[in-house]
Amino acid sequence: MRALVFALYLFLYAPIALVVLFSFNSGRNASELVGFSTQWYGRALSNPFLMDALQTSLIVAFTSASLAAIFGTMAAIGLERLGQRTRAVFDGLLSAAIVVPGVVIGIATLVALVELFSFLNPAIAAVWPGTDPPKLGLGYGSIVAAHGLFTMALVTMIVRARLASLGRDIIDASSDLYATPLTTFREIVLPQIAPSILAGFLLAFTFSFDDFIIAFFVAGSKTTLPMYVFASIRRGITPEINAIATIVLVASLVLIVMARFLTREKKLKSGDVAQKA
Amino acid sequence: MAVSAENKRRLVTAALVGPAAVWLFTFLVLPFTAVVIFAFGERAPEGGYQPAFTLAQFANLGARSAAFTNTLTLAPIGALACLLIAYPVAYYLAIKADQKYRMFLISLIVIPFWTSMLVRTYAWMYLLGARGIPHLFELAGIDDVRLLNTPGAVLLGIVYGYLPLMILPIYVSLEKLDRRLLDASADLGATPLSTFFGVTLPLSLPGVMTGVALVTILLLGEYLIPQLLGGGKVFFIGNALVDLFLQSRNWPFGSAIAVTLVVVVVAVLLVAMRIAWRVSGSRQVDLI
Repeated sequence: MRALVFALYLFLYAPIALVVLFSFNSGRNASELVGFSTQWYGRALSNPFLMDALQTSLIVAFTSASLAAIFGTMAAIGLERLGQRTRAVFDGLLSAAIVVPGVVIGIATLVALVELFSFLNPAIAAVWPGTDPPKLGLGYGSIVAAHGLFTMALVTMIVRARLASLGRDIIDASSDLYATPLTTFREIVLPQIAPSILAGFLLAFTFSFDDFIIAFFVAGSKTTLPMYVFASIRRGITPEINAIATIVLVASLVLIVMARFLTREKKLKSGDVAQKA
Repeated sequence: MAVSAENKRRLVTAALVGPAAVWLFTFLVLPFTAVVIFAFGERAPEGGYQPAFTLAQFANLGARSAAFTNTLTLAPIGALACLLIAYPVAYYLAIKADQKYRMFLISLIVIPFWTSMLVRTYAWMYLLGARGIPHLFELAGIDDVRLLNTPGAVLLGIVYGYLPLMILPIYVSLEKLDRRLLDASADLGATPLSTFFGVTLPLSLPGVMTGVALVTILLLGEYLIPQLLGGGKVFFIGNALVDLFLQSRNWPFGSAIAVTLVVVVVAVLLVAMRIAWRVSGSRQVDLI
């Protein structure tokens, strides 16, 4: 049984390891190691299209993850205060945002925004005083909106789970000691849920940074990093793609390890409390 | 006084959930409504959508039957393949593995799932492609080994991509299992095998159902794996949707397919929840 589990870890990590290994190969051929070289990284980093795509991805991921973390946390706190029926509707929508396939989210956002813009743009042009009215189109905004839909629901779920595990008694104790609700929130609740919010932010960032299919539909003239990698793969496999893949891998690895670390600490703490109790 | 306090409370609540509510409405409810409306429309001559009320798009679904057949066979097969590998692994990690390393070992399973699916699929494209494993066969004197662009390659990519998501819920349900039940079963003279089938397996079924449902649902909307490892030969619904929206621009037909896909996803979810309720005997099942 132990051998089987070992084989599984090998299966999970060997293909990625090989991609990384061959990104340092000095030869072009993917099947034989010739020598060590960082030339493919040099080539990747001096590729302006790649750098442009990387920048787009970073901007989109940071914006959508920040909005998701803020609005998701607010929703998680606010949901407890809603009436049962409203909360059920909200829960349904949040679950829908998570289970509806990414490809459908992409299509729906594309269809709705294109229709909306085709209606709004002439209207803006009609009332615009100058000669050059602004034209709304797909781009940063639409990717952020579509990514944020999923990630906001994700943050809400994570923060809510943490809120539910918070003891009601410390909040009551705080208000018994004449703290205002705002003070109680700032001094008691926020420090407790902060790791979950940060973990939610990092997961949201990772999701947005790695997403291909949603951006593929709604990016308009923009190109995100996964879109660039996808297009490069279709043009032909080169060691440069291995170098880019390695960079993407390392970036999401750092983020996910940080998120795991943050949520793990929380679990240890609640374990300690349980042990003492 | 009481009224104003109540109003203030309402205002704060509205301010808290407001942004999320607006977001969900604008980018989920409205777009999905648009897709449903489109699904009953007609394709404009230049592509896109033209208002109409017709069931023609749904009647035409058969034109893409290959995509439906592939998805509806490979998604459950893929989920089942994941399950067969995932269960023993989850069992080992939850019951047999040293408690000290458990967290670390499960982290090693979760981490790949959150790293780029594109890169992980590319890794197999790289390994199965002409210069990868087939080249090794060539060196050994076996020519013309084709691995890429086959249903087998797609299945491999599916198992590779979604295995972590299957292991995790099964692990959680096994970890929660009360060990005293296993001891009690052994004390009462049950063999390890009958303890497993009589106690462990039934109690882990909610985790199994969660894993199967999650993986199946995600696979129903999969695009990258069939695209990269199936090379256009093994076509999923996701690939049909990309083609209809971005290439042939037949939005109404694409919308009808998207609506059908969502109906299938919801149906799978409902069936899974029903089964999970039945096996766990409670209505509290978190599938997500």
